[in-house]
Amino acid sequence: MTSGSSLKSALQRHVSLAIPVTGLVVIFAIICIRQPMAASYGGLSLILAYVIPLVFVSMAQMLIMSIGDIDLGIGQFVSLAMCVSAALMDAHPVWGLAALFGLVLVYAALGGLIHLFAMPAIVATLGGAFIWYGTALTIFPTPGGTVPDWLIGFMRWKPPLVPLPIIIAVVLALVMHWLVMRHWLGVLMRGFGGNARAVERAGRSALLIRMAVYGGAGLLACIGGLLLSGLTTTGDANVGSNYTLQSIAAVIIGGGRFAGGVVLPIGTVIGAMIILLTGTLLSFANISPNWQLSFQGAILILVLSVRRLLEKRNGF
Amino acid sequence: MDFDALRSVRSNPWVISALAAAAFWVLIQVFGQVGSGMSVLTVSMQFAAFYVIVGVAQMLVISIGPGNIDLSIPGTMVLSAFVSMAVMGGSDNNLVLGLLAGLGVGIPAGLFNIVLIQFLAIPPMIATLASGFILQSVAAASSSLFGAKPSPLIGEIMSWKLAGIPALTIFALIVTAVCAWALQSTRAGRSVLAIGQNPRAAFLAGYNVKLTSAVVYLLSAMMASIGGMALAVFSGGAALNMANDFILMSIAVVVLGGTSVAGGRAVPIGLWASAILLQNLVIFLNVIGAPNGIRHAATGLIILLVLALTGKPNR
Repeated sequence: MTSGSSLKSALQRHVSLAIPVTGLVVIFAIICIRQPMAASYGGLSLILAYVIPLVFVSMAQMLIMSIGDIDLGIGQFVSLAMCVSAALMDAHPVWGLAALFGLVLVYAALGGLIHLFAMPAIVATLGGAFIWYGTALTIFPTPGGTVPDWLIGFMRWKPPLVPLPIIIAVVLALVMHWLVMRHWLGVLMRGFGGNARAVERAGRSALLIRMAVYGGAGLLACIGGLLLSGLTTTGDANVGSNYTLQSIAAVIIGGGRFAGGVVLPIGTVIGAMIILLTGTLLSFANISPNWQLSFQGAILILVLSVRRLLEKRNGF
Repeated sequence: MDFDALRSVRSNPWVISALAAAAFWVLIQVFGQVGSGMSVLTVSMQFAAFYVIVGVAQMLVISIGPGNIDLSIPGTMVLSAFVSMAVMGGSDNNLVLGLLAGLGVGIPAGLFNIVLIQFLAIPPMIATLASGFILQSVAAASSSLFGAKPSPLIGEIMSWKLAGIPALTIFALIVTAVCAWALQSTRAGRSVLAIGQNPRAAFLAGYNVKLTSAVVYLLSAMMASIGGMALAVFSGGAALNMANDFILMSIAVVVLGGTSVAGGRAVPIGLWASAILLQNLVIFLNVIGAPNGIRHAATGLIILLVLALTGKPNR
């Protein structure tokens, strides 16, 4: 890589990150003007509570997208993890953890299957979506189960100074930034997304890379599902489906691209916050929540248009 | 010989779906007392028609190459259904107007996708995801204003049967046949496949790449409109969640039907094989009393199985 092209990609990254940061600041500012209490400790805990599962799912989607795949089943997988944890974690925590670990292995196996049979990931994960949803629905045809008190307690925990959702989001963003942008594993993964053949020629196993990426995504989604069960205090097979498309939107708003293994962990977390806060913004502006999806769609279009405009002007 | 058989199946993956559909049809006969085999097939084809109508749309989009997929189909279906039902208002007087109004949602929806994809250069998947969000929420926001019923006449027309085959099934068969003919024998149809195989080569061969993909997205939205209206008429009114299944199902019937996800190869007849397969599966699981969850899980397993059987193993 010449220094010119690395400079260009660094600039591109800054442009990509500047847009969601600006977006989040603007949205949060409007919320605070409409409802100053939102900026308080209690307000932030409340409006950001549901960002916790969303950042984990978005991060899972980001891993999959970093190798050029797209996951159309990750939300349903979160539902399954949530139902498994609501079914087992209270009575048999050890079995519960074992089952969640099993789910991670299943997701790694799905990655292996996709590689071995050269399946289009978008369709294979779609097949997965049916399986995860069906299994979750078999566990709990109607919402049910019991969530252990320690988990509910953790989700309601009020740490000093900084609300829990912010701590979790920041820690996750930093850990994933280090792992994806600095650690050799992340470099290998992004290189594989940029040019799979070159990485293979360098003697790396494409099978193992894909299994590791899917396994990592499965792990993040399982953690998301576990924490989600702590928030809702039940298992519900239907609750995760929305996360599938929202997670794609979060990654894209956060500066990710379809092609070339370009993803930004910090941007993804901010993208997830923007997606979530659209709902808060509308309710504080007294606009029907029915318009939330429109708003998210418009933001998606706006972000991509602005990004293209800025890049054009900077001569990319 | 075995090798040849395997190879011919690989080049016609829809044969697997057709065989599996037949297998479930036999199982239904063995396990259930649900009337004649013919009636099972008719019921299957009636419900399969909805998937085929939307599947044709998704198939054309997928055929124009990697990255092309229409995620706005459910949104277009729902909004078209609501608007057309509202205009019909349960009476026959405004039937034609209602149908036109429904299509009147599909056309701007398709044009909007084209603007996003071609003028703003947004990747098609994200563009249709965003426009789908918008359509869905416009329907949600305005649904309280609507809530009307279809005209009785269109309901009668749809339940009309020719030799036991419902009108909607006949319509879907005609659409499939026209689509198959157009893809094979018209310049426009061939340009769809040529672009899917190699846009640069198609451009050099004199095909209008932008125009073709624009027409495909427009057709997709219009078929989604028709599918949405048909579904609303069939179920006696529009509902916000009526098309939830169709994002996944429209892609599933296309892929199980043997259309290449990489583009450049469309198999219209395969849509019927896969849609009937999925319907027969549902009937079979109902016959043996399997719960709803099992039905979804089995659908997913079949998708993965067909992908594994038809994929080229990566060593």
